[in-house]
Amino acid sequence: MKYFILKEASRVLFPALLVLSLVVLYRGHNLPGGGFIGGLLAAIAFILVGFGNSMKRAKDLLRLNPVQIMALGLATAVLSAVPGLLFNAPFLTGEWLPGFSLPLLGKVHLGTPLVFDIGVYLVVLGFVLHSTFSLARLADIQMEEEKS
Amino acid sequence: MEGLIAVLVGVLFATGTYCLLRRSIVKLVIGVILISHGANLLVFTSGGLLAGRPALVPSDGTVPPAPFGDPLPQAMVLTAIVIGFGLTAFLLALVTRAYEAVGDDDINAFRNTDT
Amino acid sequence: MPSFLVISLAVIFLASVIAPMVVRALGDRAGWFLAAAPLAAFGLFVSQAPVIASGASLVYEVDWFSALEASFALRLDGLSLLMALLVTGIGTFIVIYTGGYMHGHPQLGRFYLYLLAFMGSMVGLVLSDNVILMFVFWEGTSITSYLLIGFNHEEKSSRWKALQALLVTGLGAMAMLAGLILIGMVTGSYRFSEINGMGDVLQASPWYTAIVLLILGGCFTKSAQVPFHFWLPNAMAGPTPVSAFLHSATMVKAGIFLMARLNPALSSVGGGGLWEYMLAIFGGLTLLLAMFLGLFQKDAKSILAYTTLGVLGILTMLLGIGTEYAIKAMVVFLIGHALYKATLFMVIGSVDHEAGTRDVTLLRGLRKVMPITALAGLLAALSMSGIPPFFGFIGKELIYKAGVGLAGPDLIFLVVAFVGNLVMMGLALKAGVGPFFGKADLAALPKKPHEAPLAMWIGPAVLAGLGLIFGLVPFWVSTHMVEPAIAAIQGSTIHSLELALWDLVKPNLPLLLSALTVAGGCLVFINRRRFWAVADGVLARIRPLGAEAVYDRLFNATIWFSKFQTIRLQTGRLHDYVFFIVATAVAFLAWALFSFWGQPVSFAWASYDPLIIGIVIIMIVAAVVAVSSRSYIKVLAALGVVGFGVALLFAYFGAPDLAITQLLVETLTVVLFMFVVLRLPPLKSISKTRTRLRDAILASVFGALITVLLIQAVNIQFKSPISEQLAAMSYPEAKGKNVVNVILVDFRALDTMGEIVVVAVAALGIAALVSSGLIKRKEASK
Repeated sequence: MKYFILKEASRVLFPALLVLSLVVLYRGHNLPGGGFIGGLLAAIAFILVGFGNSMKRAKDLLRLNPVQIMALGLATAVLSAVPGLLFNAPFLTGEWLPGFSLPLLGKVHLGTPLVFDIGVYLVVLGFVLHSTFSLARLADIQMEEEKS
Repeated sequence: MEGLIAVLVGVLFATGTYCLLRRSIVKLVIGVILISHGANLLVFTSGGLLAGRPALVPSDGTVPPAPFGDPLPQAMVLTAIVIGFGLTAFLLALVTRAYEAVGDDDINAFRNTDT
Repeated sequence: MPSFLVISLAVIFLASVIAPMVVRALGDRAGWFLAAAPLAAFGLFVSQAPVIASGASLVYEVDWFSALEASFALRLDGLSLLMALLVTGIGTFIVIYTGGYMHGHPQLGRFYLYLLAFMGSMVGLVLSDNVILMFVFWEGTSITSYLLIGFNHEEKSSRWKALQALLVTGLGAMAMLAGLILIGMVTGSYRFSEINGMGDVLQASPWYTAIVLLILGGCFTKSAQVPFHFWLPNAMAGPTPVSAFLHSATMVKAGIFLMARLNPALSSVGGGGLWEYMLAIFGGLTLLLAMFLGLFQKDAKSILAYTTLGVLGILTMLLGIGTEYAIKAMVVFLIGHALYKATLFMVIGSVDHEAGTRDVTLLRGLRKVMPITALAGLLAALSMSGIPPFFGFIGKELIYKAGVGLAGPDLIFLVVAFVGNLVMMGLALKAGVGPFFGKADLAALPKKPHEAPLAMWIGPAVLAGLGLIFGLVPFWVSTHMVEPAIAAIQGSTIHSLELALWDLVKPNLPLLLSALTVAGGCLVFINRRRFWAVADGVLARIRPLGAEAVYDRLFNATIWFSKFQTIRLQTGRLHDYVFFIVATAVAFLAWALFSFWGQPVSFAWASYDPLIIGIVIIMIVAAVVAVSSRSYIKVLAALGVVGFGVALLFAYFGAPDLAITQLLVETLTVVLFMFVVLRLPPLKSISKTRTRLRDAILASVFGALITVLLIQAVNIQFKSPISEQLAAMSYPEAKGKNVVNVILVDFRALDTMGEIVVVAVAALGIAALVSSGLIKRKEASK
């Protein structure tokens, strides 16, 4: 009960921050934001759970191991470089799908730069969580999941 | 206002360097953090400073209205901030482990660590 | 089919690579198999000889690194054909000979690898038309010869001598590279074939003197001219096949080759320029010094080494004299020397192998037990002595013909050549005849000698025989090897050359000189024991005055300096390293700022926004607190203030992305820092006040210089920023309105890719540190 407010706040803030991070990631191409900021925001969402509840709970919510997330991110970034090659352009050349409109989002441009940014997002997320979890373990911070 | 920021950058470099010259391992981390702030500001400022003019294309235009802050140093500094964070995290893990292994936070005690 | 040039090169390098496997499969007989590679190359070159003799040249070119003017350009002309024939022809016999000489050696495969790689580099060197390519092969010969000379690396002296050869030739090569690049800058071409047509451009250039001196720095070290001669006799530390190859046709001739190659470009039209006098004087000095020192040698291999030195001196001198007879003499002498010197080295190697010693004071009368070797030695020694009808005689005649054509003070070179030849003949008899004649005293020898195996006498026999055949019928050699080479060295075609023995019939001055040489040489040979009697005393007295003593002193001084600065600068204490690095940076920064000083900057404090002034002051205070406080909470808070302050500045100056990123990162940093400091002891002050003061002064100076640097950097604009194009392309080309983000994920995405890889690697480093820490802890708790 020691961290009651923090725990309750993390419960509400976690999904909100996660959604915010995705929005920031998507709109980053046109407004301040992007993969770096999105990834950091998402990581903070998880760390908030780690403090409010327990690091173990945060890991469970993540499902994947942070290192796996980084690997996925790197793979995504490399993959985004391939379409350019297919069109006989240099490695990492941006290629775009034709624009279309969607409700809520308005006019949508999907292209490899966005895919690349998703890769950045995942690497940053994985890195921050990996170092936080590791250093927390090293610092012997006991944050067992409280029994409700 | 570049002159003012330049003074700040100088102070950050000076304080950071002073920390690097200390023997306590925690001070090394502090020094690296201060110098990275200084370096980021250095690169950012060297492109020239403009208050409140981000390089964003308005919704009805195709080019950002001049004048705008130089976006290239900004992009470089952005990656530098994240790399600096990576470096700090690594250093923190290293410092913790080093202290555990040697049992002292004096860097001079680290000279014979082959065990 | 110019591609045969590449094939001949590739065959030799291929043989080098597979040599260890061949040796494993065939043992000592591997030599016969591996010799097929140089023999094949030799055959290819011979087949092209008529084409070259007709005045044509063959070119092969593949583009390699055109931005740096380096192309894989090979060219076969008269000079390179001559050298290639010598290298591959003699190389074939050396490879065969090695199989017998190093019979049963456990490292034979490795030896063949080095030897053939050396041969390939040498062939590449003489074939290269591109200057840079030539340099690559040149360094290839330096490195492989280092491995060959130091082949008996268990012996300390062997390693020392190999290193000496590498350092002397390697440093010379550095000078030469500078000279070659200067040539390239002056002429605008990196092709020998084009450079040689631009001699007038080179000689008109103010760089001409520097070019000549630098190029000669490389050639003189490689070809062991005074004062760099000392490495060559020391290079005898290698196994005898190495000496036979390096000193007859290859390594030491590389310098001669390059001088000959560049002779059309660097020699003055009428003669008598800097190039000519440098070559003639240093060549002459080398000849005299080598002959003087050679008189006192008792080791047959050393005697041969000093005669090699002498020959290199003669060749250089002749090139310097530069008249048509001199060039003819040089080419003929080059061929003759390659034949007899390779033979003599192999003969001495065989004697050493069978009798167990190379000491010429012990060896005599071996002709009865080693008849074929003795015959080869005799023939080679006679050719070297310049006795008719051997090929060596023609060379010597031409030298005297060139000499009598000189006038005035230049006649000194004739005297030098005469003295040199005279002593050389004595030395030739000492090494090639002495061991085989006279009364045999086999009991004094360490081993009971008998004839060498086939592999070890076939090479000497064939090469010595060629020395005789070429002398008797010089026509083929004359038209196919000598004349094209002379044309290439002189840079013009020549009228037909009478290369013949028939000058014998009519008495003339050169013939008289030849006769006197023979008489004098015999005199030297007969009195050889008088020189040996005083040898130890004389050599011991000369040694401290010689160039090698200077080398030793320089070498030791370098090592001393290296130790000195290592002890001073690499203390093993981190703060010392940081101090030296920062101090160096301060010095360079100060120098750079001083020399690029721009116009004074007006600060215009009044125009500053008070908000920003306030933020900056708070940040400065926080930075000082972070440094000086001993409470972790205060330090963390101060660092947080600095970080958030930076974020505010980013926000204020139109960088929202940076501001957000900085804010988030700062939060995370504080969190991580907190985890760590929980386990660490409280901060304490360790250093003395004096040290603190010293560090504070250095840090302040550094900070101040950074401030000045930044102010200057803002005011100096070298080029218009590319950001304007980036911003203009951002939306139309990359469909993004946030230019910073577009740069990150599109324009400069490769940088970002590299960055996230770095971050991932840092994560792996953390993982390794943490997991090892946890394992240690678990062990400790058990």
